[in-house]
Amino acid sequence: MQTKRMTFPGRFLPYALLAPQVIVTLIFFIWPAGQALYQSLLREDAFGLRTTFVGLENFARLFRDGAYLNSLSVTVVFAVGTTLLSMSVALLLASTVNRMIRSRSTYTTLLVWPYAIAPAIAGVLWWFIFNPSIGIVPYILDMVGYRWNHRTSGADAMTLVILAAAWKQISYNFLFFLAGLQSIPQSLIEAAAIDGASPMKRFWTIVFPLLTPTTFFLMVVNVVYAMFDTFGIIHATTQGGPAQATNTLVYKVYADGFVGLNLGSSAAQSVILMAIVVALTVVQFRFIERRVNY
Amino acid sequence: MASITLEGLKKTYAGNVAAVKGIDLQIEDGEFVVLVGPSGCGKSTLLRMVAGLETITEGTLKIGDRVVNQLEPAERDIAMVFQNYALYPHMTVYKNLAYGLKNRGFKKDDIDKRVRLAAKMLEIEDFLERKPRKLSGGQRQRVAMGRALVREPSAFLFDEPLSNLDAKLRVQMRVEIKQLQRRLKTTSLYVTHDQLEAMTLGDRLVVLNAGQIEQVGTPMEIYARPATMFVAEFIGSPAMNMLPLDYLHTQGSSVLEHLPEGTDTLGIRPDDMRLTAPDAPHLAIDATLMLFEAAGAESHLYVNLAGSEQPTVIRTSGQPSVREGEMLRFYVTRDALHPFNSATRKRTGG
Repeated sequence: MQTKRMTFPGRFLPYALLAPQVIVTLIFFIWPAGQALYQSLLREDAFGLRTTFVGLENFARLFRDGAYLNSLSVTVVFAVGTTLLSMSVALLLASTVNRMIRSRSTYTTLLVWPYAIAPAIAGVLWWFIFNPSIGIVPYILDMVGYRWNHRTSGADAMTLVILAAAWKQISYNFLFFLAGLQSIPQSLIEAAAIDGASPMKRFWTIVFPLLTPTTFFLMVVNVVYAMFDTFGIIHATTQGGPAQATNTLVYKVYADGFVGLNLGSSAAQSVILMAIVVALTVVQFRFIERRVNY
Repeated sequence: MASITLEGLKKTYAGNVAAVKGIDLQIEDGEFVVLVGPSGCGKSTLLRMVAGLETITEGTLKIGDRVVNQLEPAERDIAMVFQNYALYPHMTVYKNLAYGLKNRGFKKDDIDKRVRLAAKMLEIEDFLERKPRKLSGGQRQRVAMGRALVREPSAFLFDEPLSNLDAKLRVQMRVEIKQLQRRLKTTSLYVTHDQLEAMTLGDRLVVLNAGQIEQVGTPMEIYARPATMFVAEFIGSPAMNMLPLDYLHTQGSSVLEHLPEGTDTLGIRPDDMRLTAPDAPHLAIDATLMLFEAAGAESHLYVNLAGSEQPTVIRTSGQPSVREGEMLRFYVTRDALHPFNSATRKRTGG
């Protein structure tokens, strides 16, 4: 890429122009992150009267704690489930919409709406739909002989949060997949048709491989979303229950810190989450330039 | 190998937009037919209808003895070379060539044999393991050709395959396509907007305009006896000059007697306007030289006819010693006149 070298008349101006971004980053990211790092090394007593320095004890405890390890596996199930579900539904919708000509923009507009809904509202929406006493889905499931109750069944609860979280992300994935599909030249599909490939075969041997960059990008974005951005949905539907079945890492930070008031442990958990985000970002930047590109 | 028969082929898009307005054409087995016309004349649509990429609104399309109107592209036993080559970017050249064979259930060693044979024929053996983006334009063009010929289809369809190449490569590939077709004797339908490409490649040309056939014939037939004013102006470069008969009459000449009935315009090719008087009876026209264009072996003289606004081009070989602004006299013999009627836009006198 061509970069243009700018020269400023004084030394002050460039710093002034950078300042807003630097200040925002410092106040809303670096400072809290520093606080969390510092907190994670401390232990506070139940009444907040005494604070002791404990080194890495908080971290050590976490990895000995069955509840934390459980939360880790819950998070993996949740993130993988959400990513798979939202991406496959989005890809299906995108390839269907991509075949339309005149109605394409209408469908695209409609399909983007869920993205505009706040996570908590989306949670409440699904909470109503799946409410064991008044919800429509449990009512229907009851007719086919399944007793839905996400308040007692961990599997039901997990299904519910995955559904709610995936639903919100479909719009985002849909837009990227649609853009990805539209950037595949029509003549490639036509050439494959002349080469005797059935529509399904064309999709799996031509379209899908050409979408890999998009798919990989979305995979990372979705995992990050599922791990960090779904607090509202879980809070509005299951609150981590029943019996910790939907207590993901990010929800546990809140539950332990603000409900359980174990600030040291909560801070240590957020430091671990931070490390995961950093790792995912590195993976994304490393791989998006290599391998996935054809 | 097969003939292709088009009977009253029509394509109408939604909103009653007619792109192809009834085409009758018989392409013989092994023949190389070029569809030529300006952009938007329906030539690509017509080719895509033959390929099965566009539905046929009306008419019958036969490849060999089979009516293929309703058949999928894959079932028509044709191969197509696209303008942008449409190579699969994530596959190696080898896989690009093998893809169509694999889909058709060919055996592995048969595929290998055919791919290597095609690669050898097109001199792309060294690139078989490369991906298309590592190839130059000409090499990609060869791969696209290779993909078409590995299957040994009954017909090749070409959709402006040379338009993405630079001028030098275009000439080279044009020659190669022609030689390849001569050798394989596969029925070919080739679409282009470049009249020079059309003239040099085709056994026969089909000149299309606004979704209809203007003229069908061998390149020389069309060049020597254009059936309509459109064809006359489209084929040949620089384009044929069209001079009103009334204007020429003021110059007076025995050459203008016995013209076919209805003639009111005379077409004269730039090459047929001579700067020296021939022995045969001729027409002499005075003109002012506006612009002199030297193009190496030939020169183009842009002139204004005396007493007329008609801009006219003359092509001569070599470099005549003339100056811009100078008055010139040029000569045209009887057999260089193409008589037309400007109302019907057709050639007069059959």
